[in-house]
Amino acid sequence: MHHYKNHSEKLKQIISGKLSLKENVKHFLKRISDHSHLNAFNEVFEQEAIQQAELIQQKIKDGKHGKLAGLVIAVKDVLQLKDHKTTCSSNILKNFTSIYTATAVQKLIDEDAIIIGKTNCDEFAMGSSNENSVFGPVRNPVDTERVPGGSSGGSAAAVAAELCDAALGTDTGGSIRQPAAFCGVIGLKPTYGRVSRFGLTAFASSFDSIGPFANNIHDAAMILETISGKDEKDSTSSDLPVPFYSTRLDQSDKLKIGIPKEYFGEGLASDIRTAIENAISKLKINGFEIIDISLPHTEYTIATYYLLTTAEASSNLARYDGTRFGYRSDEFDALSSMYKKSRSKGFGSEVKRRIMLGTYVLSAGYYDAYYRKAQKVRRLIKNDFDEAFKQVDVILTPTTPTTAFKIGEKSNDPLQMYLSDIYTTSANLAGIPGISIPIGKDSYNLPIGLQLLANQFEEAKLFQAANSILNEIHS
Amino acid sequence: MSVTRKEIEHIAELARLQLKENELEEYTLQLNKILDYVEKLNELDTKNVKPLSHPVEGENVFREDELKPSVDREEALKNAPSKNDEFFKVPKVIGGD
Repeated sequence: MHHYKNHSEKLKQIISGKLSLKENVKHFLKRISDHSHLNAFNEVFEQEAIQQAELIQQKIKDGKHGKLAGLVIAVKDVLQLKDHKTTCSSNILKNFTSIYTATAVQKLIDEDAIIIGKTNCDEFAMGSSNENSVFGPVRNPVDTERVPGGSSGGSAAAVAAELCDAALGTDTGGSIRQPAAFCGVIGLKPTYGRVSRFGLTAFASSFDSIGPFANNIHDAAMILETISGKDEKDSTSSDLPVPFYSTRLDQSDKLKIGIPKEYFGEGLASDIRTAIENAISKLKINGFEIIDISLPHTEYTIATYYLLTTAEASSNLARYDGTRFGYRSDEFDALSSMYKKSRSKGFGSEVKRRIMLGTYVLSAGYYDAYYRKAQKVRRLIKNDFDEAFKQVDVILTPTTPTTAFKIGEKSNDPLQMYLSDIYTTSANLAGIPGISIPIGKDSYNLPIGLQLLANQFEEAKLFQAANSILNEIHS
Repeated sequence: MSVTRKEIEHIAELARLQLKENELEEYTLQLNKILDYVEKLNELDTKNVKPLSHPVEGENVFREDELKPSVDREEALKNAPSKNDEFFKVPKVIGGD
């Protein structure tokens, strides 16, 4: 077993000779194989990780290492890593080998992190339970009869089961925060454009964000400051300077925290409500200013989210046609039947459902009624947040209305499944950052997540608030 | 608004998907359920609201039109389901549907 509370401490232990990086990597590899029933990984890079450990151990010895030297990290299998498979947990990309590396992944490698493998997820990141994977469902390490959440379920499960130090996931409507809550780890979705999307397989391009899973705030902050920044390969990446989040976790001013009443309505499990209310009382006692606020368009977020993301997805997924890469059916007599057969056999049912919905809402005669309408409501939802952040620094909510549900419980009812993202999609609609932190357990001993939201590019406040809350809870 | 099975068949054609009998039935049912749910957006008057297509509204990004190396042919063909030395191979287009 390793004993370090965060990456800086791990690095110190390696430098002092107390910890061997190679042994540390081997320890994780053993844990991965001991926990293969979780199905958290699509691929594990055993040999490569051990080789990297030797190389980086030497770099550390020579004092020539990067800031993440020796951090063992898993990467969601929708992010490209050159000369490795990127399957998106889909039959259509089962044999696809990346020919370049995603910017976020490259930045980790440049700082000497060790990529230990690619994690399982919902197909093309579409799902809230990790049941839509061609490699089968991921199991929640806390209770293996339950889902880990999705779509980044493998990344969340891997961090929760200590199969790695940290992981990268992606979040289009809650796909980092919801599984973080279900598995009891920290998960952060940054501001849209904070992290380059180059090399991230596109699902909904105006929503997709890449972010970290970790077991402590310090590591999440270090990873985010490493992967953020302008990238000429993604014109939507922001050129705003990247703060050193990890060195600013402690701050003296008490932040103003907004509590939106719409996030505490019907459908919120009572154990979660109690846990969140207890956290709020503790913050109050400790001098935080708690302000009741309203986000009046909250009830429209799921409808808006599914109209816009399926529209974007139907367009983005048009590229999978069996021509240049990916699965090609061998039963065809002409080009158009090659497209149809390849796509129909290559995609799973949730992906097809979303392509159908997206194609419908973009089709002639319905574009204005659905797509344009949803874009207008998206502005109203963003305006709610703009107003709220004139009053408060961060907004505090539950991450999910329930704790982890059972495998199979919602898989036949897409609408019920979509509604499990009810507190998380708003951040992607508004492009703002959000973090989920574990704050306790319910009566079934399942983890409860608390979500914090901040205005665009104010991740520093999220880390500070999250750090204070975790300190208050554990004090 | 409700979607008929015939419309679902048309949408599948637009999306280049060939759906099985049971999928057509299931998607007709489920899409209707989802579209019923999204009807709630019509409770909102959005006549004077500007559509938001991007959450971080920036200006267009320009760059110099310079020649830069790109993926070489061998790499680009690496994942092709069917290829010859230089090209992606597809079934005959002319004369087909």
